[in-house]
Amino acid sequence: MKFSRMDEFLVRALLGGFGVAIISGPLGSILIWRRMVFYGATLAHAALLGVALSILFRAPTIIGVIIICIIVALLMAAFGRQNKLSQGTLLGIFAHATLAGGIVVLSFASGVRVDLNALLFGDILAVSWNDLIWIYAGGALGLGVLAMIWRHLLAVVIHEDMARVEGTPAALVQFLFMVLVALVIAIAMKIVGILLIVSLLVIPAATARQFARTPESMAGLASIVGLGAVAGGIWASYLADIPAGPGIVLAATFMFGISLLFTIRQHNH
Amino acid sequence: MHDSSALLTVRAASVSVGGFSVLQKVDLTVERSEIVSLIGPNGSGKTTLVRLALGLIDPDQGIASRVPGIVIGYVPQLFSVDETLPLTTARLLSMAGGDRAQVEEALAEVGAAHLIRRPIQGLSVGETKRILLARALLRSPDLLVLDEPAAGVDMGGQAEFYGLLGKIRDRTGCGILLISHDLHFVMAATDKVVCLNHHVCCTGAPDAVTRHPEYIALFGPEMATGLAVYAHEHDHHHDISGEAVADDGAENVTDKSGAHNHG
Repeated sequence: MKFSRMDEFLVRALLGGFGVAIISGPLGSILIWRRMVFYGATLAHAALLGVALSILFRAPTIIGVIIICIIVALLMAAFGRQNKLSQGTLLGIFAHATLAGGIVVLSFASGVRVDLNALLFGDILAVSWNDLIWIYAGGALGLGVLAMIWRHLLAVVIHEDMARVEGTPAALVQFLFMVLVALVIAIAMKIVGILLIVSLLVIPAATARQFARTPESMAGLASIVGLGAVAGGIWASYLADIPAGPGIVLAATFMFGISLLFTIRQHNH
Repeated sequence: MHDSSALLTVRAASVSVGGFSVLQKVDLTVERSEIVSLIGPNGSGKTTLVRLALGLIDPDQGIASRVPGIVIGYVPQLFSVDETLPLTTARLLSMAGGDRAQVEEALAEVGAAHLIRRPIQGLSVGETKRILLARALLRSPDLLVLDEPAAGVDMGGQAEFYGLLGKIRDRTGCGILLISHDLHFVMAATDKVVCLNHHVCCTGAPDAVTRHPEYIALFGPEMATGLAVYAHEHDHHHDISGEAVADDGAENVTDKSGAHNHG
């Protein structure tokens, strides 16, 4: 009896992780093509402020996270236009200001017991059926939007000005992409936590790069690598009793290391 | 629309970037079947004028407009795609429209048929310019805009490249606007030269422009092919940084060679 209950939460954890891995493949690929990894990390940090405000105002977490991510992205775009501070400096300021802000706001949310550790590093074994609905509904919506704007996004990745001259609605496409990243952060938080989300976006994509010949095959392969990392991480967590979120990230990193060996072999031939 | 209509019109346009006046009351038109070359020193506002012409930025004052509905082919000066994006020449070109046969045809026209299966990150600067030109051609542009198309192309290749632009113009009837530093090639392959140094110093047919005192002041007498000294009313000079300084406080420092373009 006890064993079957354990099975069920493992199944929920696997399903949750798989849902996040599938949407993370293409989004993470775009993030590294656009050299926006730290941009993604900054949005993830800002997500903690979104969570904290959601708790304070008793709103759905996903709404709070997406609204705060949009505000932070718009602020960074506004400051970026001033050309005074570099992108890296701005990201450093916003990432940590929002992280600190989130923790301070959480301290106001008295009466609510908040597991900061779970927010930062994930609590995949506590994924509920309700969480799974959010993950799959959000993931499906995200994939649908991504499919609609994929051609435009690719044009912007290749050369933004060229895309604009040729009629691509670059500003709209980039805004939607940012919202999609915020959406994935919101649904992936429970799986790997705010501080590790970017690794789930970036490491599978970087692994897939070694084998892909087209943008689409890289995006798809990244999803498959993500699925493998989730399975491997949860398996290791079950066997060795390590935290599942970091286990998933290390499993992805292991696969990335293997992919590097293939690259070195190719270069030697 | 009839053949003589200007595809692109910039009139009395001024642009400031970060409080610095980059373009001052600039005029520029490109008509069908016309090759217009933009020349000028580094930092003279050439790329800003091209961005203005393309509609990527708006003028602070004045007008920058294109005939509605025209297709623009743009070959940017810098083209750097991250190594992590798996993209071959064939895919880059097919994204601009056209099937495999049309892609191959466009690449053959620019002498880059052999690059079709290559990843774009491995291409040299000159090879990249060629495939970007092929990509622009696939769109059947009414107006082709090239920002330093021959930079990074070897000397033999440059003559060929400008010859190619002439052929494209003859075949398609498109207007071409290009930025160049290669003055000799520009003079040979261009219908109209616009010499820019934040304002339009002079504009007109190549042989007229090369005899213009402002052109000689900017590029030195050795660059003037047909050096002829002749009297010329002038309301400004250039200081050491190339800034136009009005001699008599005159507002209008723009001097068009069209006024004395009779030889």
